[in-house]
Amino acid sequence: MPLRALDVQLEHVSFAYPGGAEALSDVTMHVEPGEFVAIAGPNGGGKTTLVRIVLGLERPRAGRAELGGVPAYRYRPRARIVYLAQRAQLGIEAPATVREVVTAGRAAAHGLFGRLDERDRELVAEAIERVGLTQYARTSLARLSGGQQQRAFIAKALAAEPELLVLDEPTTGVDVDAQEAFAELLAELHRETGTTILYVSHEFGAVESLVDRLVLVRRSIVFDGPPSDLAAGWHDPSHAHA
Amino acid sequence: MLDLEFMRLAFAAGGIVGLLAPAVGFFLVQRRMSLIGDGVGHVAFAGVAAGYLLGISPVATALVASVAAAIAIEWLRTTQRAAGDQALALIFYTGIAAGVVLISAAGALNANLFAFLFGSILTVTGDDLRLVAILGVAGLVTIAFLYRRLLAVSLDEESARVSGMPVGLLNVLLAGLAGVTIAVSMRIVGILLIAALMVLPVIAASRIAWSVASAIAISMVIGVASVGIGLTLAYYFDLAPGGAIVLVAAGSFVLTSGARLALQVAEA
Repeated sequence: MPLRALDVQLEHVSFAYPGGAEALSDVTMHVEPGEFVAIAGPNGGGKTTLVRIVLGLERPRAGRAELGGVPAYRYRPRARIVYLAQRAQLGIEAPATVREVVTAGRAAAHGLFGRLDERDRELVAEAIERVGLTQYARTSLARLSGGQQQRAFIAKALAAEPELLVLDEPTTGVDVDAQEAFAELLAELHRETGTTILYVSHEFGAVESLVDRLVLVRRSIVFDGPPSDLAAGWHDPSHAHA
Repeated sequence: MLDLEFMRLAFAAGGIVGLLAPAVGFFLVQRRMSLIGDGVGHVAFAGVAAGYLLGISPVATALVASVAAAIAIEWLRTTQRAAGDQALALIFYTGIAAGVVLISAAGALNANLFAFLFGSILTVTGDDLRLVAILGVAGLVTIAFLYRRLLAVSLDEESARVSGMPVGLLNVLLAGLAGVTIAVSMRIVGILLIAALMVLPVIAASRIAWSVASAIAISMVIGVASVGIGLTLAYYFDLAPGGAIVLVAAGSFVLTSGARLALQVAEA
């Protein structure tokens, strides 16, 4: 089912953490609604800072960062902005099941005291089915493989019906086969839902063939275009790390 | 034993405390805030002392002091004016020092105070039970309504913040609930031991739980069972109920760990 998708506008954005060197310098980037964009670059190159600004978690020191034409930090309602942090780890010790984790994706949609209803339960069941984990719905996440855990986190994101989905290094620590399967699942979901996706990674091999556009960040944007236009040397991850 | 009114009052209040403490404690443990109960408990001591000094209900003053302390710890922690353990230490030592000063000023260093520190089955009054019932039920209803949000924030705080969930408010509400739990529990378990009833049943339940919901349910069962068995032991062997209750809760960890081991062996 196609979802409403959000556009992202960064205009001449610069940013530095307090007491630190400039993390981003004069970054301009426009993401159209429904685009699937990979943001790559070396560790420490400013990718995570860039997405934190996009998500409104940080405010630019100079320039503008907007979601849907509104300053990112002021954008409301935010229940359909979904962020999966680096290799999303469960923040709890208790054995959360796949269904409990995915249901948490609906929590933001109902304010502080609103109750989840039948539609929420349907969305959760659908999301679990779409990532192929129906038979594991009652299984504790801790008992699943790394790849299956990533699928559960994607299901949690899907349950929120995202208009913007930001994934930050989502496959760190997951084996290559699982990374490729994960990227394919993401591309399939993008085709089905049409939501805007920003996929952040220090390497882009897994998603290179699946995204519309690749943005390379090294404090500023050093490449922005279709992956096929990238000079051959850049495809070598060691170059991105230079 | 149940022919005696003071035991019926103790069991009734203890039942509510046994349900509420692990329900609130579950989220404190998941957020790695297990020791907040100890810090707040020491401020509750200052609240009790203030009650004696002012000649008003020590439970009411402890309630105000506990909620204020819990919110202060959360504020210090989240605004990064002090690291988590420093915020706790600041409140912890200030609370106990203020308690000692106030209680000596009130001239109330006596056995009655001992009952607040370690619990007593003789001290629960009808008025206490009404207050425990009202606040306990309000606390449990609040947890029920906030359950999905508290779980979402526990699972991934950053993601919850991005999605517009009021993470700061939820943290303050949770801290406030911890304060309420301590105030309503101190008659039974005692100020110095209530934190244990918020944490030990949760740790024990996590050994055998298969989901978050089951972990909370099992910890509440352990909480109620610990209070029931602990009060019974305190009655028959003339023990401080707080110590007896907490030792039973600690024993439950041994039991659930054994059960887990047995399950693992059976599965192998």
